[in-house]
Amino acid sequence: MRSFRIALKSALVALLFALATATAAQAEMVLHRGNGTEPETIDPAKSTGVTENAIENDLFEGLVTFSPDGKEVPGVAESWEISDDGTVYTFRLRDDAKWSNGDPVTANDFVYSFRRTVDPATASDYAPILSPIVNASAIIAGENTDIASLGVVAIDDLTLQITLNGPTPYILGLLTHNVAFPVHQATVEEFGDEWTRPGNMVSNGAFMLEDWVPQSQLTVVRNPNFHAADEVMLDKIVFYPTEDLAEELKRYRAGELDITYDVPSDQVTWLEENMADEFHNTPYLGTYYYVINLTKEPLGADLRIRQALALAIDREILTEKITQAGELPAYAWVPPDIAGYTQQATFYKDMSQDERNAMAAELMAEAGHGPDNPLAIELLYNTSDNHKKIAVAIASMWKKIGVETTLTNQEWKVYLESRDQKNYQIARAAWIGDYADPLNFLELFLSDAGERNDAGYSNPEFDRLLAEAAGTVDPAARMKLLEQAEKIFLDDVALIPIYHYTSQHMISPKVVGWEFNILDIHLGRYISLVE
Amino acid sequence: MLSYAIRRLFGTLPTLLLIVAIAFFMMRLAPGGPFDKERRVSVAVEQNLIKAYRLDESLPMQFVRYLGNVLQGDFGPSFQYKDFSVTELIWSGFPVSLALGGAAILIATVLGLLLGALAALRQNGPVDYAVMATAMTGIAIPNFVVAPVLTLFFGLMLGWLPVGGWSGIDNAILPVTALCLPQVAVIARLTRGSMIEVLRGNYIRTARAKGLPERLVVARHAMRAALVPVVSYLGPAVAAIITGSIVIEQIFGIPGIGRYFVQGALNRDYTLVMGVTIFYGALIILFNLAVDLIYGLLDPKVRYD
Repeated sequence: MRSFRIALKSALVALLFALATATAAQAEMVLHRGNGTEPETIDPAKSTGVTENAIENDLFEGLVTFSPDGKEVPGVAESWEISDDGTVYTFRLRDDAKWSNGDPVTANDFVYSFRRTVDPATASDYAPILSPIVNASAIIAGENTDIASLGVVAIDDLTLQITLNGPTPYILGLLTHNVAFPVHQATVEEFGDEWTRPGNMVSNGAFMLEDWVPQSQLTVVRNPNFHAADEVMLDKIVFYPTEDLAEELKRYRAGELDITYDVPSDQVTWLEENMADEFHNTPYLGTYYYVINLTKEPLGADLRIRQALALAIDREILTEKITQAGELPAYAWVPPDIAGYTQQATFYKDMSQDERNAMAAELMAEAGHGPDNPLAIELLYNTSDNHKKIAVAIASMWKKIGVETTLTNQEWKVYLESRDQKNYQIARAAWIGDYADPLNFLELFLSDAGERNDAGYSNPEFDRLLAEAAGTVDPAARMKLLEQAEKIFLDDVALIPIYHYTSQHMISPKVVGWEFNILDIHLGRYISLVE
Repeated sequence: MLSYAIRRLFGTLPTLLLIVAIAFFMMRLAPGGPFDKERRVSVAVEQNLIKAYRLDESLPMQFVRYLGNVLQGDFGPSFQYKDFSVTELIWSGFPVSLALGGAAILIATVLGLLLGALAALRQNGPVDYAVMATAMTGIAIPNFVVAPVLTLFFGLMLGWLPVGGWSGIDNAILPVTALCLPQVAVIARLTRGSMIEVLRGNYIRTARAKGLPERLVVARHAMRAALVPVVSYLGPAVAAIITGSIVIEQIFGIPGIGRYFVQGALNRDYTLVMGVTIFYGALIILFNLAVDLIYGLLDPKVRYD
């Protein structure tokens, strides 16, 4: 009887304990978010990818931050003044911005962080996007060894001044990028490469790092010292690496994830029919295209052949029947929905596909090719089922105008090297914008862009327009110049745009505060869960 | 036996050195490097990166430097996962792969031996055919089919078990099942084959003639001899399984070291690939040694000299 009473008591204790932990767990609002690949690093000066950016956006806050719909709004800087010639930006910082350990965020933190980013010893991949800042490029290249000459100075503890080479209206967009986030100097100096470890890391965003198990999950908890901490509703966000999209979808459907990173493309149709209110498919700032190696004959010399190749592709059929993920057929290089920019169009945008095919056949005949004298073309893409499907479809479309296409696929790194060395004829490519400005797309093809200009495109008028735009203060006038530049670029057919990207996510109906924006950036500070 | 073991261990050092050298130079032969990304870094930044990781030195020089570091236990930083060193990645991933793989191979061995022995004893009967047919399906169906089907059925449809992640015993059930099924099949077939061979032997006939109960004949006499081919298989198999299966780990979201082999190579993460290669090589050498020593326990005719 005594042992029975003991057993009963311990069972009661166990039950109470379970209840207590259950209610405690329910009181905490935790968001489970699929995040694609395992982050390479969460040092904002060194990271390059979208997955890392998503985490850093919650851990850190820059001078400028994002509103839920993707607009730039004051972050650590509560206001700023722009000089008349557009080259000097003076930021007034908030007086209540704090690091997660209670230290105040000062202008010196930003000076330290910007200098660290451009320092060649940090070897930051993305530092070059700060090149509009005075002396940034020279310091990154190692030509200027005086890092303190960088055009970022602290006038006083709460005033930061950034000096630019020329008027750069998109600088505010640039400053939202993780490469411009502040890092805590004392922490970095004390721990060196290990400062990003849980327990060491100090950050100034809405959340702070609690735990990181590589390949398993990365957990951030609310930062009580964040200046808007009372507006942050989530207690915790857990980021999971989800490389296998089919499994990610299953975990979402089983309730283990609230948000997915992406959606397997072969299930899009099923999802649209069965889970339409949870499947979100919205435009994304990117273009999928085929780049043409202009340094090789005959494509480099003969505009007619390039035009014919571009005309013969039926983008509607590709996006409707083959990729089936709601992508937008692309008739421009720069994607739509960039504020203030009128999207340009290739000359064949308003033609019907039959008209395009007819014109393509004519152009090929003029160039001396046709079904009886086919042109041999090699098409390169990186190994992937999706790219293969598209390539096969396009090859059959080209066959009709007398082009014999050889499909070559290479593993990712090998393929990148082939493009770098211009060891290809036509290659599949994609570009996702770093910030919502057309320059991010157009500057790839400046004649001095080096390896990034893998088409080998060189048009002095294009270069001139971009240079003029760099010196233009008035944003509207600048956009006009960029539009002209893109028109020239499209007419030269250095690449064949195929579709504009969409970002696809499964989002649980419990999630509130996730709004569509073209950069697909969603900060945890605006998100909450309802039961 | 001890001196044999020690001699063998010394003999492994040149083997390991050869493995390291071959892996090192082969990795460098592959086109593309760790810093090739779609967003091509500017020449200046690439130079900075190359200098930071000492990739500008001559290859033999880099190899010697790498060897020196390894002998001090430092496998270097990971090129891809910049916040962690290779040692840390292996050390955090290996226990997980070990737990998963160890459980799978243990269950597989026990089940496989039982089923194989059963099939051998009832040779050409319905039990034999049933076991062998199941074994064939286990071997034929690849684990990247089995695993998603298991998650679909038990995770999504029935909701009994979690679909992914690694936070409790629940998470281990499905991946262990997916991992051990093909192994059960292989071990069962091996056991059956060698058991049938052994049961024909003279000493088995003697044991039966002596009047020993059948279970003792099998358990004490036949099994020991039948185990020899199974042990040969298990040596490298255990090494392979406990270093993780990239498919299972990716599908179930398990933080093991299996994916480092493949991801490391694809990303040209030189240090990570070298680290896991050396680790795997050392494990295989160790297990092969263990297997050779176990032979001595199983087969009295084996001598070490």
